Amino acid sequence: MEKIIFYILALIMIVFAIASVTSKKMLRSVIYLLFVLCGIAGIYFLIDYNFLAAIQLTVYAGGIIVLIIFSVVLVHHIEMELELAKRSKQLLVGLACLVGLGIFLTTIYSHEFNVVEYSVTTTTEDIGLGLLSYETGGFILPFEVISVLLLASMIGAIVIAKGKKLTDKNDTTL
Amino acid sequence: MIAGISIYEILTVTSILFFIGVYGFITRKNLISILMSVELILNASVINFVVINKYLYPDILQGVYFSIFIIAVAAAETALAVSIIINLYRQIASVEVKDTETMKY
Repeated sequence: MEKIIFYILALIMIVFAIASVTSKKMLRSVIYLLFVLCGIAGIYFLIDYNFLAAIQLTVYAGGIIVLIIFSVVLVHHIEMELELAKRSKQLLVGLACLVGLGIFLTTIYSHEFNVVEYSVTTTTEDIGLGLLSYETGGFILPFEVISVLLLASMIGAIVIAKGKKLTDKNDTTL
Repeated sequence: MIAGISIYEILTVTSILFFIGVYGFITRKNLISILMSVELILNASVINFVVINKYLYPDILQGVYFSIFIIAVAAAETALAVSIIINLYRQIASVEVKDTETMKY
């Protein structure tokens, strides 16, 4: 049963990822990306990391996709068609990506992974305790650094998006 | 771990996703599309962290912590990138890569 679900999810993710990078309509490509992100959350549910799946759904599907949709709507006309790369360039890049994929897959399949056979259920409490622990293997320092980073990026986004005063050059055109 | 699914199959799927992201990153000519391709690449690598943690070392949680940090950094990066794109659109009325020259000075 889980096997079938995994294959369906993998198929959905790959098909919509290809649709997302090749679609000519901007907004549709964002929605295809949303499907890919939901598929990834499904994989997290399958391997029993429920907290991570919830983070994926709230941060990516709820936050980042909405941000990108906002920027698309602010910047484009809805019906605008994207210009695609030249056919020769598409073929060349596709070929290069296939070669890279082949190298990746041969490396992965020739490596022997020591897969353990048991499974441990992780609760949100474990993750939270580990994040806040200051003993060996604790993650309190990166946790604090990431909170400062989020604050800095928030301030930076507000400052940049607010824009500066119009320069003289722009004054004449407006 | 997923019953009946080996680690190789999941790593294959994430490799395919990664290279689809690389393909989009190179062929797209629009700043927002490039941002979306970067999200695809980041997500593929996050799945790798989580899956390797779950299949090889289920007792410790380092992969989960790293993926949480990657997701947080990706959110910060997207917010900044969107604000830069909107500011750029206000100044040059375009988000195509070939028109983006004013940031050089």
